[in-house]
Amino acid sequence: MSSDSFDIEKIALLARLKLTEEEQLRLGRQFEGILQHIDQLNQLNTENVEPTSHVLPLQNVFREDEVKTLFEDDKYLSLAPRQDKDHYEVPQII
Amino acid sequence: MHQPTITQAKHQLLEKKYSAVELLDAVYKRIDAVDNQVQAYVHLTRDIARQQAEAADKKLAAGEDAPLLGIPIALKDLICMKDTLTTCASRILENFVSPYDATVVQRLKAAGAVLIGKTNMDEFAMGSSNENSYFKTTKNPWDLNRVPGGSSGGSGAAVSANECMGALGSDTGGSIRQPAAFCGITGLKPTYGRVSRFGLVAFASSFDQIGPMTKTAEDAAVLMNVIGGHDPMDSTSANVPLPDFTATLSNDVKGLKIGIPKEYFAKGLDADVERAVQEGIKTLKSMGMQTVEVSLPHTEYAVATYYILACAEASANLSRYDGVKYGYRSEHSDNLMDMYTNTREEGFGEEVKRRILLGTFVLSSGYYDAYYLKGQKARTLIKQDFEEAYKKCDLMVSPIAPVPAFKLGEKLDDPLQMYLSDIFTISANLAGIPAMSIPCGLSQDNLPIGLQLMGNYFDEATLLNVAHQYQQTTDHHLKHPAL
Repeated sequence: MSSDSFDIEKIALLARLKLTEEEQLRLGRQFEGILQHIDQLNQLNTENVEPTSHVLPLQNVFREDEVKTLFEDDKYLSLAPRQDKDHYEVPQII
Repeated sequence: MHQPTITQAKHQLLEKKYSAVELLDAVYKRIDAVDNQVQAYVHLTRDIARQQAEAADKKLAAGEDAPLLGIPIALKDLICMKDTLTTCASRILENFVSPYDATVVQRLKAAGAVLIGKTNMDEFAMGSSNENSYFKTTKNPWDLNRVPGGSSGGSGAAVSANECMGALGSDTGGSIRQPAAFCGITGLKPTYGRVSRFGLVAFASSFDQIGPMTKTAEDAAVLMNVIGGHDPMDSTSANVPLPDFTATLSNDVKGLKIGIPKEYFAKGLDADVERAVQEGIKTLKSMGMQTVEVSLPHTEYAVATYYILACAEASANLSRYDGVKYGYRSEHSDNLMDMYTNTREEGFGEEVKRRILLGTFVLSSGYYDAYYLKGQKARTLIKQDFEEAYKKCDLMVSPIAPVPAFKLGEKLDDPLQMYLSDIFTISANLAGIPAMSIPCGLSQDNLPIGLQLMGNYFDEATLLNVAHQYQQTTDHHLKHPAL
């Protein structure tokens, strides 16, 4: 791994963030230092080590597929910045 | 009325020394007097609290009882409470009113608690100083020019400044323990899976845990009895029995083996912190416990591992803030893509963006194996360090932070330095073990210092037992800021 491979414009697009030029410069500089620190993991031999995604032994939890109403539907919809009777409104897609 | 502990107030309410409404009024009076300086709260829930206190008084009059009947409690503002704001101290959730109660809130309400308000925090719990809040910077009640710690700094400061009787925080990399240490209070991060995360706004889902922040270990045990235990609404909550944590507080601690992880006493430790922690260890020995040196050899890799994995999870979790279903939406967009990017650019603060970007990078095509998978493997090694260490001891003791509370602004321009200050707390989250902070002395500048107790999986009982016995032997937890 190498720290100079951090393409901030590409990553920002993937993350759906629109950074100002000034932010790109400042964050880019900071990432150099952070990734340099992270790169010390290269010293660690992890051959034959299983990855841990979760600290507890996870099992599938099964239950009956029953329909339940936790909250009133209109309450959900009313949280949206723009909505009409039964749908969310967004700017033009195509 | 000088504010008592939860346990004392419970007795006094039952003895009718004062009513729940009078207690609540006293707490709000204190908040009105000092919170313009401390700035611990983002919003108060006066009407709801008043109704809850009145209901508690009716129950008390009828001779009923419940574990927290009439006790004023504060919530970190990333825990959802029905029909009230839950902002995560972010612009993107500035107007978000939760449609439901978190499981811990349901349980607090059922236990009779009076929920007085929501406390400030680093935006989305990302930070170690509370300076990343969109709304305000909470100050340390011991020195208003210093940080209260983070990310649960508002909860820490509120308990320390007597602006509530106890509070809930959340801990992803030390966010309960470090502010508890900086503010001179008691804080417990439970074992991962011990407390339901349903209704806790997600930062890094395989790390996040809710826990109590209180004046004493005894109060922490009382809160753990209420909030702990399996919850079908959180599929990662552990289906293991919940002991009565108050029942074992007085157990004999003689003969318990305390591990001293040598890597936690290496270079860079502030002289006052080292002295206070060593003094704490001496006290534990004088109480009949034995010490044994242990090693956590992968400690030096913990910060790197944590920032890869926690940021990766955060970047996925925070993708939900897109301006469509709830939260802030930028008004300056003519198409969907612009709406997403403008909303997130305007809605998130810089630290949150930094972590989303880092997390997106380590998960991106071509870098996943080198960073994310490598981090997951390093996490295994760190977890194994703890499993090995607990073969030799019952619990471990260490500092919480290399230094006491630092000055406002001191580390703000250097994110890496801020990240490295979490070195002693993040391993517990990587391994999933329970850990707590208890006050163990003051620095020469009159700032509190925290002693970390780290326990084995689901053994919060031993931590609370040792902490309670320590607090019967010492008076560090009784010291208050002059404020």
